[in-house]
Amino acid sequence: MGKKLINDPDNVVQEMIEGIVMASSQRLEKLDSYNIVVRKDAPVEKVGLVSGGGSGHEPAHAGYVGQGMLDAAVAGDVFTSPTPDAVFEAIKTVDSGNGVLLIIKNYTGDIMNFEMAAEMAEAEGIEVDQVVVNDDVAVEDSLYTTGRRGVAGTVFVHKIAGAKAAQGADLKEVKRSAEKVIKNVRTKGMAINPCQLPAAEKSTFSLEEDEMEMGIGIHGEPGTEKTKLKNVDQIVELLLADILSDLEVEAEEKVALMINGMGGTPLMELYIANRKANQLLKSKEIEIYKTYVGEFMTSLEMEGLSITILKLDDDLINLLEAESEINLL
Amino acid sequence: MVNRTKKLLLKTAAVIIENKEYLTELDAAIGDGDHGINLARGFKKLKEKLEKENFEGRDELFKLTAMTLISNVGGASGPLYGTAFLNISKVISDNKLDLDDLVEIAEESIAGIQKRGKAEAGEKTMLDTIIPAAESLKHSRANKVDLETALNNCLEKAAEGMKSTIEMQATKGRASYLGERSIGHQDPGATSSYLMIKTFIKSYLN
Repeated sequence: MGKKLINDPDNVVQEMIEGIVMASSQRLEKLDSYNIVVRKDAPVEKVGLVSGGGSGHEPAHAGYVGQGMLDAAVAGDVFTSPTPDAVFEAIKTVDSGNGVLLIIKNYTGDIMNFEMAAEMAEAEGIEVDQVVVNDDVAVEDSLYTTGRRGVAGTVFVHKIAGAKAAQGADLKEVKRSAEKVIKNVRTKGMAINPCQLPAAEKSTFSLEEDEMEMGIGIHGEPGTEKTKLKNVDQIVELLLADILSDLEVEAEEKVALMINGMGGTPLMELYIANRKANQLLKSKEIEIYKTYVGEFMTSLEMEGLSITILKLDDDLINLLEAESEINLL
Repeated sequence: MVNRTKKLLLKTAAVIIENKEYLTELDAAIGDGDHGINLARGFKKLKEKLEKENFEGRDELFKLTAMTLISNVGGASGPLYGTAFLNISKVISDNKLDLDDLVEIAEESIAGIQKRGKAEAGEKTMLDTIIPAAESLKHSRANKVDLETALNNCLEKAAEGMKSTIEMQATKGRASYLGERSIGHQDPGATSSYLMIKTFIKSYLN
């Protein structure tokens, strides 16, 4: 069993949420008896934005609660969707009468629990709608799978939908902006070392010294293939090739680029990856409007990275640049 | 009757808690390695509540089980098992429990799981244990088999169903992302369903 800086595996999420709120006590608070982070000034007179999911992906999602992004983040246990009663509590807290948009990552459990919560909220007369983020090109979207997973691209949905809601747009318009991001964002990840759940005795998967897993998910769930370890330039080339063949970015189009660390990857390595990604995109004459390097959607201490590309137009650029309490860069 | 059912649910909780690591290991192979941890958390909570409170009817017991699992398990298994137990609470009576009742209970569980999960047989899920078990009960009823034999047959079919998931390729849930790589592993959901069915039947036969 690997070492961890924790007290009791059963209390990691609650203790983390308390720590997050204490770090931003002027603007955030925790709801009593739930692992939910909300804006202190909730409900704000606008469309409410609620996201959430399993814990272990920090800063997602509690780190994105603030003016210009989310109104509440619901934290489930590690890698486990939060329960319907918790999501319902978050919806009730942020609803100002203008409706609430749920931003859900595409996992069977998340969808079931958020849908049950939406049913509860609708029964109380709260207008609720939802978007499902599915940016991971590693898994095929076909009849034979649950569809693509939602990964780091979700952060762009938080940002764009958050900016739109802050401008006073209605629920339909905010949803449309979120869906526009989902349509134009793609991600692929990989790992060289797995992560271990605080309550489990073993790692979620195993890799030999000279192996890597391409297409890894953010729960340490196996990726698409195990292969011999390559150098980071070659890895970036493989990841970008899959993303670009799926997203179909033309020369001279503008994109946002995100190099996301999985939790255990040194920034040094992320910057080396970014160097190659920038070179490759430039060689294809794709204009990088903005680059984000850091940890946005992690997987505990997993060593690995993901690359996200968001195709931009003027509308998305304006929303991406909108003011927010949360600085992504 | 009510006390016997309470004991049965406590026994189920104990079995799931005992098998926490086993279920988690099965899940680590094709999912995200938390099935045992999540179910054990929910059933631990259920055990506490069952021990503390008194119950008037069996429907109350199953409703408490449902709500406890829904609000404590999370993931997909919380809503799936929760909805199954909620449906059982709607049809279970305190008077009798014969083959007709068992068929109804099995069918209601399946309906609940399908409402949430939208899965069919053969997709490498808990339904691959539960559907053959239900079919076996229906077959026994049609052939007027005695209850003890019917339950033994049902357990056998549930075990076969669970094992049949080893050769299946997952098309629902997180294991579906693995495509062919999901073949060769027994489904953790099918396994936890088997453990529950086995506990119900063994307790009943004793």
